[in-house]
Amino acid sequence: MSVLDASDLSIALPAGADRGQAVSKVSFGVGRGEILCLVGESGSGKSVIAQAVMGLLPKALPVAGGSIRLDGEELVGASDARLRQLRAQRMSMIFQEPMTALNPVMTCGEQIDEVLRYHTKLTPPERRVRTIAVLEEVALPDPQRMMASYPHQLSGGQRQRIMIAMALVLEPALLIADEPTTALDVTTQAQILNLILALQKKHGTGVLFITHDFGVVADIAHRVAVLRLGELVETGARDEVLRRPQHEYTRMLVRSVPGLAPKTRPRPREALADAPVVLETRALAKTYVSRGWLGAAREVRAAEDVTLELRRGQTLGIVGESGSGKSTVARCIVRLVDPSGGQVLLGGEDIARMPARALRPLRRKVQIVFQDPYRSLNPRRTVGEALIEGPLNYGVPRAEALQRARKLLELVRMDASAMERYPHQFSGGQRQRLCIARALAVEPELLIADEAVSALDVSVQAQVLQLLEEIRTRLELAMLFITHDLRVAAQVCDQVAVMSKGRVVEYGPAADVFLRPKHEYTRALFESAPGRRFDFGLAAST
Amino acid sequence: MLRSRVLANWSVRIGAGILALLVVVAIAAPWLGTVDPSLFDAGSRDLLPGATGEITTLEGETLRHRFLMGSDSFGRDIYSRVIYGTRVSLVVGVATALLALAFGILCGLGAGYLRRLDGPLMRFMDGVMAIPAILIAIALVALWRGSILTVVIAIAVPEIPRVTRLVRSLVLSIREEPYVEAAVALGTPTTKILFGHILPNCIAPLLVQGTFTCAFAILVEAILSFLGVGLPPDIPTWGNIMAEGRVQFVSYPHNVFFPGLFLAVTVLAVNILGDGLRDTLDPKLAKRV
Repeated sequence: MSVLDASDLSIALPAGADRGQAVSKVSFGVGRGEILCLVGESGSGKSVIAQAVMGLLPKALPVAGGSIRLDGEELVGASDARLRQLRAQRMSMIFQEPMTALNPVMTCGEQIDEVLRYHTKLTPPERRVRTIAVLEEVALPDPQRMMASYPHQLSGGQRQRIMIAMALVLEPALLIADEPTTALDVTTQAQILNLILALQKKHGTGVLFITHDFGVVADIAHRVAVLRLGELVETGARDEVLRRPQHEYTRMLVRSVPGLAPKTRPRPREALADAPVVLETRALAKTYVSRGWLGAAREVRAAEDVTLELRRGQTLGIVGESGSGKSTVARCIVRLVDPSGGQVLLGGEDIARMPARALRPLRRKVQIVFQDPYRSLNPRRTVGEALIEGPLNYGVPRAEALQRARKLLELVRMDASAMERYPHQFSGGQRQRLCIARALAVEPELLIADEAVSALDVSVQAQVLQLLEEIRTRLELAMLFITHDLRVAAQVCDQVAVMSKGRVVEYGPAADVFLRPKHEYTRALFESAPGRRFDFGLAAST
Repeated sequence: MLRSRVLANWSVRIGAGILALLVVVAIAAPWLGTVDPSLFDAGSRDLLPGATGEITTLEGETLRHRFLMGSDSFGRDIYSRVIYGTRVSLVVGVATALLALAFGILCGLGAGYLRRLDGPLMRFMDGVMAIPAILIAIALVALWRGSILTVVIAIAVPEIPRVTRLVRSLVLSIREEPYVEAAVALGTPTTKILFGHILPNCIAPLLVQGTFTCAFAILVEAILSFLGVGLPPDIPTWGNIMAEGRVQFVSYPHNVFFPGLFLAVTVLAVNILGDGLRDTLDPKLAKRV
């Protein structure tokens, strides 16, 4: 018998939304001890389904039809009091962002204790014993200290473990995990996924696992349900869906997942070695010093001793987890922050400590595309204004700048009518194209992509990656590609630098680094890559 | 889209409607059955609202006049004085808000974007903020002679730190936005970044702050005039009408009631408008409050 059964579930959207229903006629079941992965791109309605099961839907999105049964009990239309009982006891949920899901003014121990206090008749000492037991179960070191800690004192992975402990302390039959590892680094993600797998097996919990990441699906799912714009397009066993997708949409999604094996490049490497050096950093360092009124200054070494070289037509990837210093290096090279040591040679000229006035004419040579397409364009300026800003700064006449902008739109495959429109009228992928066009408007020699495709859905990501590759070859740009995603790095980079704690721990040709990693951190990183046993890149070609 | 949402908000509609009416009243004051507000007639002292009496013009002519809101102890028409007083209140309110915003924006942009300015400028602003606003106003008015300009400056100066702080905090968050960093990378000069990228994205909260400053200024002007340190008594303002009527409040409450009513309605209208603007332009703030 299944733990959770949804049949013909429909959830309404308020009038004026982009489609009639958030979710329409979706049916699926989660068996005891089974992990069902609900996969879909942004806006597919996967989180709404989780909220519907938990009875947490916002008022604007009422259930319009169908039923949700938990162990045979109907949840649609159940009273608030009953739902409150069921939550934590029979079903529970973990969220993407453990920092905001935990109460910052309560200790972790109190938060777990609260669940026990409201749902069980245990005495305080019994609750304490149970809390310690569950913290041990989620493999947190020193449970006594963890209980007395506030959420901000823990790391992201530890916080997510606390969330899992809270969710599982009453041994519910169903666990809903809404993108629980998306905000975590790959190594932490691998640990949390393993933890969920182990606990789920031990307790026979049914898990509804919501994710957008096919690597995670390959690692954790028993069965997969694919959602697209609120409709279920395909359900089946994991290997069926991933290896032999039936629906066109699933096939497209699986095909878009970049493979982990580095791509062999058609270009001869010898030619690259002769190309002029565009960028060179020598022992680049950035130390942040925060000074209080009194007391010792605190130093954070964001980057140290970073030495890189980038030639024309070459793509250098900087790979690392959050806090590794990869973005700091990019920002030093663009001089958005001032390096505190070392040199940044741009065409042989050191710009590391160049004064702003002298730097301005050189800024043209290095352009950057950021991660968040929604914040990268000024919401109060038309696309046309954004595209001509750079050229106007360098003295190009307005008419010529406008003409160049139209050509650039064509290059990034956007319609010229975009010129008059405002950024909010475009999707994330389109905005990222506009950002690329804006960067190219000043004819740079070096394009830095700082996690430029990380916020995009996998199908859009594939398109933008292809566009970047095309532009790089056509304009013979040097590209510095910063990413936490090993799959993406494997697809686009000629050279790879792996960063950890502000230092470059491994640096070399992509094929060497990916296939024969030397440093233990690099190896750990590859070990943690989700879905590494699943050859996505190859499945796509058939 | 945003414009229609703002105009659909009932707070905005009511607030703006009342204010529009007051502006019309202020402009059309001479044609609303008023007489020169400084005219008086010893024979028509302390008339009750609606009574008819005589009033003498500057040329020495004696007219029959209906005192809609009664008359004061000099025999002046309170209705005319209140209507003309609307002009002063609105001008002081709007001018103060504009002045405080202009200086506050300049200081705030400087403090928020140019790090070297931040410390000294903000400490100075903290200092200004520590002095009670009314005291500064009284001191400034005492220093210069009372005129609309002095009153406006006197009320605006203590408001500048408030606007500066708001703008500075907005700049500090907006300067980290990737579109500002992209502009830096494109070689855009600092002034263009400040006025072309950062300031336009501060407009919504500034508009809201402006309305509250305006309401506050109208109130403070009335307080200053009431205390006798605002405008000279020959310019009728709601504050000095109330001050003059205060002595006789027990026997002739209308002397205080009518200007007080206008003051209350005006301040309320501006505040309602501000609330509506905040709800529609700055939804994040509205949710928090």
